[in-house]
Amino acid sequence: MFTGTQIAALLTRLGITHVVTVPDSTVGPWGDAIATAPGLRLVRVCREGEAWAVAGGLWLGGQRPLVMIQCTGLFESGDALRNVLHDWKIPIPAIIGYRSYLNQNFLPGDTCLVFTEPVLDTWRIDYKLITSPDQYEELSAHLEACLAAERPGAGLIAEGRA
Amino acid sequence: MSALSLRDAVSVVHQARGDADVVITTMGAAREWQALGPLHPLDLFFVPSAMGHATSVGLGLALAQPERRVVVLNGDGSMLMNLGSLVTITATRPAHLVLVLCDNGAYEVTGAQPTPGTPAGRAGGDSIDWVTLARAVGFSAVFRFDDLETWRLGVAAAMAARGPVFVHLKTTADAAAGGPRSPGPAPDRGRALRAALSR
Repeated sequence: MFTGTQIAALLTRLGITHVVTVPDSTVGPWGDAIATAPGLRLVRVCREGEAWAVAGGLWLGGQRPLVMIQCTGLFESGDALRNVLHDWKIPIPAIIGYRSYLNQNFLPGDTCLVFTEPVLDTWRIDYKLITSPDQYEELSAHLEACLAAERPGAGLIAEGRA
Repeated sequence: MSALSLRDAVSVVHQARGDADVVITTMGAAREWQALGPLHPLDLFFVPSAMGHATSVGLGLALAQPERRVVVLNGDGSMLMNLGSLVTITATRPAHLVLVLCDNGAYEVTGAQPTPGTPAGRAGGDSIDWVTLARAVGFSAVFRFDDLETWRLGVAAAMAARGPVFVHLKTTADAAAGGPRSPGPAPDRGRALRAALSR
């Protein structure tokens, strides 16, 4: 979909300071480019729920973090993102990998396709589905708009394999 | 040697905290912190919370403000809900993060039911060893205090140690104590803390 260099450039343009992440096979390979980009720091956490709380602390401390996880980690994150995004109203943006969206050969009948978008709707996260590299500027504009409005937002990145 | 109550454990930190320190409290520790007097502008009274995430919020604050001491007052039940955060903390090595674990072996705010880490909650009747665990995952400095006298004597060294620091306090549980009460809207308190830390 995108290269790590493209994602690092996009995040730099948005003023992101920290990317808090658990990798998957699509967003994980972006980590090295993010970690080495000037002004960006990659924070690896053990579980996705942690990511929202660490990002919340970073924001309280004056930084501008982003969470980068797979949709499976979104499912795990419920209580954490509820607390950060809605109790404390801390506007943390996210990039979320959408497992199996482009190719179900590896996991036929993957229920990520059933639950990901309803869960995002339930948690009131304004997401933009990205299914093609041509949508790079749309992804950037969506995250920028969410940051400007201080509302929870995500780029939902269609993935081709587990 | 006398048993250490949560109120006494927390009050030692209350007296030792520096004016520039961020202090994060949650669950029973938040209740006791609130009872000790007005909140400081750099207190993060983590109520409402997500289960077990005070350590992670504290890590984020420590990474955001690397020269500032950040003290997290956590309970063992909360710690067990986010045990991986201990590894995340030591992976990032915040030099001024102090994690104070008040271990009463119980989920106190829900009536002091035993946690799975304490003899009453384990089939074998054993207990987990927090100090060994903290050392095993790589905390730079690890302390244990079982009574008020030694905690009072040791708090300055623990707070000044190069972090990340882990302090284990063996405390008593009070089944009737209840949970903390929010001192006001969380979004307003969060923004006030962010503003205070930007000055």
